[in-house]
This record gives sequence, structure tokens and C-alpha cells, in this order.
Amino acid sequence: MTLKLSRRQFVSGASAGLLAAPFALPHLARAQGAAKVVVIGGGFGGTSLARHLKRHNPDIAVTLIEKDQTFSTCPFSNGVLGGLWKMSDITFTYDKVKAAGIDVIHDLASAIDPDKKTVSLKGGDTVSYDYLVVSPGIQFVWGAIEGYDEAAAQIMPHAWQAGPQTELLRSQLEAMEDGGTVVIATPQPPFRCPPGPYERASLIANYLHQEKPKSKLLILDAQENFSKQPQFEEAWERLYPGLIERVPASESGQVMNVDTATMTVSTAFDDYTPAVANIIPPQRAGQIAIDAGLDEGKGFCSIDPLTFESTVHRSIYVLGDASLAGAMPKSGFSANNQAKACGEAILAAIAGREATAARLLNVCYSFASADYAFDVADIFSVEGDTIKLDIDEGRVMAVGLSDEIHKQEAGYAHSWYQNITAEMFG
Amino acid sequence: MRMISTVLLAGLTLGLLAGPGLAADNGDGARLANACTSCHGLEGRSLGVTPVLAGQAEEDLLAKLKAFKDGTVEGTIMNRLIRGYTDEELAALAAYFSSVTPEAVTQ
Repeated sequence: MTLKLSRRQFVSGASAGLLAAPFALPHLARAQGAAKVVVIGGGFGGTSLARHLKRHNPDIAVTLIEKDQTFSTCPFSNGVLGGLWKMSDITFTYDKVKAAGIDVIHDLASAIDPDKKTVSLKGGDTVSYDYLVVSPGIQFVWGAIEGYDEAAAQIMPHAWQAGPQTELLRSQLEAMEDGGTVVIATPQPPFRCPPGPYERASLIANYLHQEKPKSKLLILDAQENFSKQPQFEEAWERLYPGLIERVPASESGQVMNVDTATMTVSTAFDDYTPAVANIIPPQRAGQIAIDAGLDEGKGFCSIDPLTFESTVHRSIYVLGDASLAGAMPKSGFSANNQAKACGEAILAAIAGREATAARLLNVCYSFASADYAFDVADIFSVEGDTIKLDIDEGRVMAVGLSDEIHKQEAGYAHSWYQNITAEMFG
Repeated sequence: MRMISTVLLAGLTLGLLAGPGLAADNGDGARLANACTSCHGLEGRSLGVTPVLAGQAEEDLLAKLKAFKDGTVEGTIMNRLIRGYTDEELAALAAYFSSVTPEAVTQ
């Protein structure tokens, strides 16, 4: 233990007391003393979890470890690419998280010692925990597409972690001359946000349609079929006829290699030289989860669906995109819902109660233009060792609906974003 | 198994009124509501066009939820989501959201 850690513990405890005081209401005394929960990753999973714990039991000492000073959401980042709204609209600070009594440490978690129950930070500190939640999101499997590494991503951005990459891709789209071709290359599943590449295609097409109408958008797809496909294809036909072309997996859509020097993107059969190339590479759990062995070599981490405890180390919980959560997709909504289920399990464990199964939802809105959105809405149940989709049919909004309905959906999408980000960062 | 008795609902309501410190022992309704608030806002206090659920009359909430379930009212997503919930769960949700004060008291 370092002196720095002791100071943090002191500050954390003091702010928890300050937070609880204004309620002027007695809360249940914890015979166990203040439990210490450490959360790695300040995204949808980690931030939602930290806030949920603190809201429901202010006595818990919650530490959130996040390397970045701000968080830009992947949801709504395609709107930034399409010019519908700005980067600042999707970027949040941790000020309110800190004000809620959560000790936010801006550092990179570099190692976990499950025996000593400590997390080492890149900056040199060590943080101890009673309960550890790992919610690091994804990292990219560099080199899975030949020639596509971190340096290549500066020329052919992935923009699949929102932030500087989003701004880079947007600036390339703005700089492109009318008549250019934009390529979006998708990975094979599982990847973050299954409908994301197609929403991105829609909103970039919206921009091209308005500003650079001689341009084309080409999706080189490693998938044969995709999320909300009838709804996307209907929207493309209604809004941008002929602008978007897609090469599915069966027609050699999967990108195998890239050459940034010549701006060449190659599938097994064809070479393309687009003006702008957005390469979304294959993904796996964030490095800390891999280093801790939580993925067992699978790339993502198995969990007990009742509590979200790792099946490898029972004292470690894994949330969000890094987890293998049965039928739940890798989405911000899923991570937020999982965080509350996991949070209830941790609250129960601290209180010495049995955890009970949560109902889990995923609602995912996709925009095809500023005024045209549609959704998939799913409910899940814990069944045995997995999370199952309750109802398999009628999950997605129907096709053939009016513009008015799609506009209403866009309003609901904005409302969802406002509410879920307020739950985390407000 | 999931019988929601009047006594339980009364206890749940009391627990919530007693203050956020007691919410560590979240009842069925509050636990179920965790999934809803991602769209409807923290404790049902939506900031956007998604309907505010906090503090609505319990019978109105339950009637609306049941109408979504039997299809007499059409929403954009609620008819689809509600299919996965039992009547007992809907009752617990209505009881919970009606018990929440519309104004924020926690953060």
C-alpha cells in the first residue's frame, strides 16, 4: 500500500460521508464495515455499475479506474460522422461521477492479483478491493486484417472506439472530393454494436447525399446477413437510392488485407482504392481481462449470468462488451442493464443476501437520417448458465411504416440517449 | 412463486419512502425497474420524450402496461418488450414507479 492509496481511501470515505449526510435519513449500518468495490473501465458498464452501487448504498467505497479524462460514447458517434451533431455532444467528463462520491482514478489498470485482491496501475499505485468489476470494453485484434495495425488506423480509421478516431474519420469525409468512394469494412461477429456499421453507412450516406451527391458508399461485409437488415435496406431505398452498395460475405465481401501506402483495400477477389477507408477490425475483450486470464483464450469472458461473476475468478465480475453474455448483444444498453443486475448482486453479497435473477433488456435504436430511426427491442432471462432471448419473433420494428413513425422513433432515440447518459454522467 | 401480496407492495412502498439508504434492499419492483430506466430515466424520471413513470397513479400505470400487453394500445417498442413480463411483474413495476417521487431526491 502506498501513501497515495491511503489518501485516496481517506478522501473516498470522506466524500461518501458528505454524500450521505444531506439525506438526513438513517441507512442500514453495515456490520461488515465499508466494502471496497473497484471498477475497471469508465464506459457504459463500469460507470453505470459505480453509480448504481453508490446510489443504493452510499457506505460502499467505490473506486473507478479509467485511463481517459473524458468519455465519448460509441452510441450517437455515427451521427458525428454524418455531421448531424458534434463531438462535444457525445463527450462527457467524470465530474458528476466524482461529485457522487466515487473515487475516479485516471490511470490504466495494468494487472490484477486475484489472490491478494489488488489492481496495479500503470502509474505505479496499487489499489486493493473486496469486489472487482472488470468492464474494459473491446480492443482490436491488430494484424487480423493483413497490414491493419495501430499505425494503419491513423490512415484508415476504425472509429470503433469513439474519440480521436471519430474526429479523424469525420475530417477525412469532409476533405473528400465529391465523386469519391467511401468504404466501410465490417468484421465477423462477435463485435461491438451489431447494427453499428449499417447505421454508420446510413449516416455517412446522408452526408454524401446532401453534400457530395456524386459519391458512393461501399460496404465490404464479412457477414452474409446483418442486424435489422430489412429495416436498413428499406431506409436506404427510401432515402438514398443507389448510393450504398454492399458486398456480402458470400460474394467475397470480407476484407483480407489493406495497404495504406496505396490506399488499397483488398478482399479475396477484388482490390479497391477508396478515397476514405473505414476499417472495423475484429475485436476481443480489453487487455486487462486477457492478461488476467478471464477470457480463457476465447477472446471474451464467460460469466455467471445471475451475478456477472467471472467463471474463472469468482471474486471478479465482468460486464459489457468484454463479457460473453449469452444472447445479449455487445451494446451500451446491454452493458448498462448488466451493470444494474451485477450491482444488485454485489449489493446482495455485501448485505449477506442471496442474489436473485434480473430481467434484462436491450433496446437499440439506429438512425438512417436525422429524422428516421428504428429499433430492436429484446427481453432476456437467465436460464441455467446462460442468458436467453425470451421471444425470438417480432423483435424489430416492422417495415413499411410511415415517415412520421420513424421520426417519432428518432425522438425516442434522443430521449434514450439523454436518459442513459444522465444515469451515468449526470 | 412470484406472488405479489398487498402486504409486500405496502412494504415495498414504505421502504422507498423511508429514504435512499434503505434502497439497498431493493424490492421486486425496484429490481425489475432497473431494466426500464435505461430509456425512462433514473427512477422513471425521464428527461426526454420517453414518458415519465415516477409518481404516476399505480392503477393508470398498470392499465397502460396491460393495454400494451394485450395490444389495445400500440406503442413503438412497448408492445414488443412487454410480452416477456408476467402480470405479477407488471403489478410490481406499477407499484414501484407510482411510489417514486417525481422530483429527484437522489443522484
